[in-house]
Amino acid sequence: MTSSRIDTVALVGNPNCGKTALFNALTGGRQKVANYAGVTVERKEGIATLPSGRRLRILDLPGTYSLRARSPDEAITRDAVLGRLADEPAPDVIVCVADATNLGLVLRLALELKTTGLPMVFVLNMIDIAERQGIDIDVEALSRELGAPVTATVATRKRGLETLLELAASQAEGMRASPPSGWREPSATEVRAAHRQARELMRAAVRPPSRPDTLTGRLDSVLLHPVGGVAILLGLLFLMFQAVFTWAAPAQDLIEAGFAALGVGAAAVLPDGWMTGLVVDGLIAGVGSVLVFLPQIVILFLFILLLEDSGYMARAAFLMDRIMGGAGLHGRAFIPLLSSFACAVPGIMSTRVIDSRKDRLTTILTAPLMTCSARIPVYTLIISALIPNRTVGGVLSLQGLVMFSLYAAAILSALLVAFLIRKVFWRGGSELFMMQLPDYKRPEPGNVLRNLAQKAWAFISRAGRIILPLMVLVWALSSWPAPPVGAQGPAIAYSAAGRLGHWLEPIFAPIGFSWEMVVALIPGMAAREVAVAALGAIYAVGGEEGALAGILSRQWTLASGLAFLAWYVFAPQCIATLAVVRRETGGWLWPAVMFGYMLGLAYAAAFLVFQASRALGFV
Amino acid sequence: MPKADPDPERADPFILGEAHPGDLGVIIKVRTGDDRHRDGLTAAEIELRLLEFGFVEGARVEVLHEGPIGGDPIAVRVDGIRIALRRAEAMNVVLAPEAA
Repeated sequence: MTSSRIDTVALVGNPNCGKTALFNALTGGRQKVANYAGVTVERKEGIATLPSGRRLRILDLPGTYSLRARSPDEAITRDAVLGRLADEPAPDVIVCVADATNLGLVLRLALELKTTGLPMVFVLNMIDIAERQGIDIDVEALSRELGAPVTATVATRKRGLETLLELAASQAEGMRASPPSGWREPSATEVRAAHRQARELMRAAVRPPSRPDTLTGRLDSVLLHPVGGVAILLGLLFLMFQAVFTWAAPAQDLIEAGFAALGVGAAAVLPDGWMTGLVVDGLIAGVGSVLVFLPQIVILFLFILLLEDSGYMARAAFLMDRIMGGAGLHGRAFIPLLSSFACAVPGIMSTRVIDSRKDRLTTILTAPLMTCSARIPVYTLIISALIPNRTVGGVLSLQGLVMFSLYAAAILSALLVAFLIRKVFWRGGSELFMMQLPDYKRPEPGNVLRNLAQKAWAFISRAGRIILPLMVLVWALSSWPAPPVGAQGPAIAYSAAGRLGHWLEPIFAPIGFSWEMVVALIPGMAAREVAVAALGAIYAVGGEEGALAGILSRQWTLASGLAFLAWYVFAPQCIATLAVVRRETGGWLWPAVMFGYMLGLAYAAAFLVFQASRALGFV
Repeated sequence: MPKADPDPERADPFILGEAHPGDLGVIIKVRTGDDRHRDGLTAAEIELRLLEFGFVEGARVEVLHEGPIGGDPIAVRVDGIRIALRRAEAMNVVLAPEAA
């Protein structure tokens, strides 16, 4: 049968049911990731092709336990299923994805989905794990009782995909163009009735595991131990940050050497004059000084993705809930805040899993305080320039310790700010904390690598699109106007940037910033790491030779350097973050609040650190 | 069949919000608690969420772990599914004890 249009198949299921792995397996690389109009919920769609050549459009919807949506993510699932989205007609078929080892909750969801009147296929994903545990599922009985075709898949091994697609395609043929209408919000009585029905289904079709998974229980008794579990969590975080520095170093050296060679090569080819300055000092040095941090960002994201994929993240939220709760944050805020260590933008976007608006706003406002990877370039530069490279107690690097304390300062201040926000803006308790602790599983290398590549590419393209033009601008601002003939001192002092820096210097003098530092802050508004490239441009244009860290160690006092670090812990220097906050909160009020409070904290912290360091004689 | 428990208070129904790791029971009642009037979270809403996570009359619950500070939140197994929740919400779940 030929079809003039492509039928849409919506994947719906509980969180952690392997739905996204199934989506990846069905669509391969043919995916499109965008946002739903008006909201920032990720919209993932792709095309799957049947052996017959027929194509199906696959939509991956956010995981949910019920169509009674409680968060923006779940609202998208509800609206997409019910055809309430402006830019997305109701799907032709629903594929209800179940973790075959955990059927209880998803059967109730499947019964709820059936009330929409849309054709449905019920898929038992991860059937291999269920088989290994000795769970026996009578597919025919389940299909009969559920009133929908049932099939089994192993997404990670691409097992059962063709059968699933063919079932979905034939279901799409059956009923057509009947808009979903049967669903309404179920009452407690109806939910209870659906549970009873789901339990009947279980009893009729599923034999409980003869070899239940004991790994998760055994791991949890260690990882959720009140003392041991917390120690392991802290150890993991510490290992993560040490790894970011030690593992990334060889790759960073390679990138640095590569860009240095490129600069030398370009200088040899190009004619003397401003053109060479632009290419070598502006473009090549600028891009190199940002890309050199790619290895660290990749390692950080690798840790976060592995923790997420293995099922550990939910345990971290469990262990942290009370501590976060004490500061007025939700346990679920742990994941957005941890993501913010990589970048506040995905962190803020992932706050959509928090149901309550107040909890969500608190998390959004504190997320940029988490030490994002864009600060790492600044931190590593200043630390390597001013903190001696020696060990403390024979094992810990002093530079690593300073880095760790910067992270600790950020975390403590975020908890404090969250606490104050709760006291100042709104009182009262926080949102419900109720979440599934998924079974542990080995992270799927394909999924992790796919995600990692997406994150790395996002950083590279950002470096290209936002940071590169700014660096050229900084180079131009710091090169023109040229100094008058016979002028004293570095040329940059006479440039537009130098004049702006001099003009702003009195404001920053109490916190120990020289005009060069002030100049670097200006382009650093666009993105924090640009400050490194800007410092490179300023000092290179200033006519000095040698590595930037070497220059800084001669030009900056320790007190100024520490004040600069303290500034960077808090400063709201990221236009992308402010833009995403505006988008998530629907106005300029909260970005303005965020900008104001962070700027105030940054100035106060830098002032305290500078004055205290001077008093201690760190000059 | 439940055996006689040496702990006398365990013979009576108990509240999940006051239970400890190792406690086992079958849910006899998911209560509609008091409205807490915070963030628009009504008692009916809390009840619905408990139900959606599988806390429903007849479900078998085992308390597995408790959080590091004040024993809160708790991790339980409800009909084979591991769920973490705070004691405040678990106060609405009443269990009949069951011997291990």
